[in-house]
Amino acid sequence: MSTSSLGKDLVGLEPLSAEQILLILDTAEPFKEVSERAIKKVPALRGKTIVNLFFEASTRTRISFEFAEKRLSADTVNVAAAGSSVSKGETLVDTAKNLEAMRIDMVVIRHGASGAAQFLGQRIRSNVINAGDGKHEHPTQGLLDMLTLRDRFKRIKGLKVAICGDILHSRVARSNIWGLTKLGAEVGVCGPATLLPRQVEELGVTILPRIEDAIQWADALNVLRLQLERMEAGFLPSLREYNRVFGVTSERLARAPKELVILHPGPMNRGVEIDSDVADGPHSVILPQVTNGVAVRMAVLYLLAGGSPDWAAGADGPPREERGDR
Amino acid sequence: MPSRTPLLDERAIGRTLARMASEIVERSRGTEELVLVGIQRRGAELAARLKRLIDASEGSNLSCGKLDITLYRDDLQTIGPRPVVGETSLPDLDGKTVVIVDDVLYTGRTVRAALDECADFGRPRRILLCVLIDRGGRELPIQADVVGTSVSTGPGDRVDVFVSELDGRDAVELVRKGG
Repeated sequence: MSTSSLGKDLVGLEPLSAEQILLILDTAEPFKEVSERAIKKVPALRGKTIVNLFFEASTRTRISFEFAEKRLSADTVNVAAAGSSVSKGETLVDTAKNLEAMRIDMVVIRHGASGAAQFLGQRIRSNVINAGDGKHEHPTQGLLDMLTLRDRFKRIKGLKVAICGDILHSRVARSNIWGLTKLGAEVGVCGPATLLPRQVEELGVTILPRIEDAIQWADALNVLRLQLERMEAGFLPSLREYNRVFGVTSERLARAPKELVILHPGPMNRGVEIDSDVADGPHSVILPQVTNGVAVRMAVLYLLAGGSPDWAAGADGPPREERGDR
Repeated sequence: MPSRTPLLDERAIGRTLARMASEIVERSRGTEELVLVGIQRRGAELAARLKRLIDASEGSNLSCGKLDITLYRDDLQTIGPRPVVGETSLPDLDGKTVVIVDDVLYTGRTVRAALDECADFGRPRRILLCVLIDRGGRELPIQADVVGTSVSTGPGDRVDVFVSELDGRDAVELVRKGG
């Protein structure tokens, strides 16, 4: 456990300063090269044990974190809620305390409840990294989106980024809004009125009612995945209607005043929020986003880890107030 | 008050580097299969200069790389804020004579890290170490093959190397603790 320049945990981009976000993005740059080496491994986190605690399904984020951890030489354990004692009714804190009793250093957590990462970080000594908590934040996704935008545009400040789709339920949208606005970008949100949070403009974003407005306005579109369960909940009439009104299609993009860069956090519903020829087109940075995800997560792990391990106090440790972190 | 003593000025650095360049060529018996690798940041600048000197006298075109050893440090667990990681870009090292270039050789831990990192990039036939200043004080069994200047120092002393590419001037100064 340590207090790094980022603090003990990464729970979101909202609490970070612009300098801290830039530190992560700048640190990610040299880590891109590590993944290009024949031997994709550096010893920076040798001897550190990291638990990936995933209470929700995830392929990309979990594998990306695991690659990042392994490329820094950390030892990793994956815990999925299904098939663990969580399914027997153990609480989140009990699960984590038991893991800590086995002397771990960091926890990467994905959880369906907003605030789960912060809740956990306040109760255990290990560094906690939020890999998505409910509708709250998905900070490493926001960071990799910003790194990808910076690669393309060589700047973030002044960029116009439209986030399209289900803003209401999206932690990716929230992390993007916090991160991008802190770095001086203009953020627009575009989606069906039922899927826009109330008073979203208080976050300093522009509301773009139609996808055509977003395409006219933006330098880049971050197209969110439409979660199919939203339709069942009555937020949308049908997927086909969504595609007809809000789908990002090459016909619509052809009317843009400039070439738009297209981001998507995945997994994509081809033919719903994004058409295949756009997703696979020359302006799509969807796969570079995935590549950058590993570099950004390596940077976060590297920046949070370290300091002298003071495990002597045992897994319970002194109460938080005496520990002096934060 | 710490005292600051000049060890090398711009002209002395120029002469020293010229001698080091010819020593490197002598030691590696020519420039074939020779690769220079500078340790970030001042070692990388010195390696680039040695390359220019060797290329000018030998008519060669040496491969030259940069190495950042931050992620290979043995004290990452004990130091406070994470050090900034610089760029690593290395040419093919397999079967080459690799000359690791750094500004100051002290404990030898940086060189140990550089050797480990090189081993992850390939299998050089031979590795040589070339430093502008050897200040003694080794904590590991490591020695330089080509040395610009040796100076004996205490643990509280500091050797500051300035290179015009980064610092606007060329100089080496010994900073001794006061008292």
